[in-house]
Amino acid sequence: MTDRNDFISREKFMAELWRYKKGSVTRRHFLGVTGLGAATAVLGSAVPGLRSAAWAQSGIGDRVVLATWPNYHDPANFEAFTAATGAAVDMNVFGSNEEMLAKLQAGGSGWDVFVPTNYTITTYVGEDLIEPLDLAKIPNYDAASYNQRFAGPGTVDGTVYAVPKNWGTTGFAVNTAQLGSNPKPTTWKEFWDMTRADFSGRTMVHDYQLTTIGNALKYYGYSFNSIDTKELADAEKLLLDAKPHLFAISSDYQPSMRSGDAWMTISWTGDGKQMNRDMPEIEYVLGKEGGELWSDFYAIPKGAPHLDAAYALINFLLDPAVNAKESLFHGYPTADARVDALLPPEVLNDPILYPAADLLDALEFGAAVTLTDPNRAELMARFKSA
Amino acid sequence: MTPRLRTTLLLAPATVWLLAMLVLPLVVVVVFSFGERAAAGGYTPAFSFENFANLGARWTAFKNTLMLAPVGTLLCLLIAYPLAYYLAVRADPKWRTLLLILVIVPFWTSILIRSYAWIYLLGGQGIPKLVSLLGLGSPRLINTPFAVLTGIVYGYLPLMVFPIYVSLERLDKRLLEASADLGSPPWRSFLQVTLPLSMPGVATGCMLVFILLMGEFLIPAMLGGGKVFFVGNALVDLFLQSRNWPFGAAVAVALVVIMLVTVTAYMRFTRRWAGGRDDVSLM
Repeated sequence: MTDRNDFISREKFMAELWRYKKGSVTRRHFLGVTGLGAATAVLGSAVPGLRSAAWAQSGIGDRVVLATWPNYHDPANFEAFTAATGAAVDMNVFGSNEEMLAKLQAGGSGWDVFVPTNYTITTYVGEDLIEPLDLAKIPNYDAASYNQRFAGPGTVDGTVYAVPKNWGTTGFAVNTAQLGSNPKPTTWKEFWDMTRADFSGRTMVHDYQLTTIGNALKYYGYSFNSIDTKELADAEKLLLDAKPHLFAISSDYQPSMRSGDAWMTISWTGDGKQMNRDMPEIEYVLGKEGGELWSDFYAIPKGAPHLDAAYALINFLLDPAVNAKESLFHGYPTADARVDALLPPEVLNDPILYPAADLLDALEFGAAVTLTDPNRAELMARFKSA
Repeated sequence: MTPRLRTTLLLAPATVWLLAMLVLPLVVVVVFSFGERAAAGGYTPAFSFENFANLGARWTAFKNTLMLAPVGTLLCLLIAYPLAYYLAVRADPKWRTLLLILVIVPFWTSILIRSYAWIYLLGGQGIPKLVSLLGLGSPRLINTPFAVLTGIVYGYLPLMVFPIYVSLERLDKRLLEASADLGSPPWRSFLQVTLPLSMPGVATGCMLVFILLMGEFLIPAMLGGGKVFFVGNALVDLFLQSRNWPFGAAVAVALVVIMLVTVTAYMRFTRRWAGGRDDVSLM
């Protein structure tokens, strides 16, 4: 699966340890080949009295703080980054864009890099919470190799504030072994109708207003992004009607789907892929009416404490070889043609990662207004507390 | 150094702490509760009672909390009292320390991890599967109010056990002998001697559990599947999701007021219950 050649295996480590003990290699060789040298440097730098010049070669400091999403990085890539630069990656995981925005609005987040979704970037710019990027410090970002559909939202009024990480869709995952006499659902209408019939008590929706309200709006064929009062009232009626039939309102749906407690859930591309990889009976479906198409970005918040490390991390992760490993690990595609060139054909032909054009065309990018619209937020609260 | 100066110096750290960590944040919350939500979320200064007028929009959350917190406290008490009694009075002293440690051991692991364990225990592959193998149907346990109550009782039980244990452990056994000498059967000695003397522990335990339960949000979110909504969950959503800080502050103020009223009423009640004895009061 994931290529971890750049790391020393357990067997190799022991062999090197024996060589070092026997005196056939130097301590310097041992520390270098096992990566312990870099690890010691990081550990040492955590203790102020032991700070050494071991990492001074890269000069970016000893750590970088990343705010991102669950199941969204290959830990081996972070280890490689630390080994190369001496900066340890301190990862914070979030459940919604709202939560990320709330932390940055409150101030003092301490983040160096964060991963906002397309529709939030204009708000961050408006609130002066995001740093314009100095692309000279991200040489691995080659704008020309990116699909503009997914890279575009990172640029606001001609200034690049964010560079693309991955893109994906929001569909639903269904355990086809539990369908019984039902045909495999292909629409959001079927998703909500089955929830209130044979799948009662077995469906999960996100604890996230954008996707849960958005896909309730799709039941009626409205826009995923609607803030129209009448359309939202319809969506609320559907949500309240479906609530007693829901297994849970949670964005952490993989455990329940895997254990068989839940049979159907709103799902993002990578979660759908990860479940399908282990349990082929769980299939990922894009509702025919549409739904969400999204693109996530790497960005730097205003006042990032380790600015150099932030640029170094983004540049490292956008290295096509590293990015391809990320993609293989988490199952989300990138918009970078250089990365696609490194991926095996079975990944590029995977309908979960790269859906058919007609399904893709029906999808909408989330709209900035949904992030701040008070009515959608209150609707979600009424739905959850009902 | 005069005794007065000494007292002042000794109290200074606590005073500074309370001012910085309790009074100051509370003032911020009260000020925010009269403000308005900024366009992109957050806070804009204003003077408006609108947030308080809107409190009805979170009525369900208050209702759930005000129902589940007392029920959870009562269940904790019913389970903890016999356990504490056994530990303090009946258990062999040579095992007592070990048994007490066993009550604390769960605290060594984060409640988050233990709640995940409960998700699996109550989920389809856990207890319900066992029950269905025994041919007793397949009950739905996870993501129900029952699961939330189970998690609450599990999580807060030690907080109830220890105060009761301490008050029972201090109990002078000679009082029970005197009671028996005067012709009381054991059940009557329990009701007239043991139980009243353990009331300070019961009152403290109930107070601790009740106050913490009123602010609980993790257990309902995890074991209630996001469908059982407490005031704590409403607050988390208001601050982190809809970023309506002023309304969140108003909900928080309302919660504080409700707590003040219930806890004061509770303290008066327990004091009268215990026959006006002063040592029952907590503060």
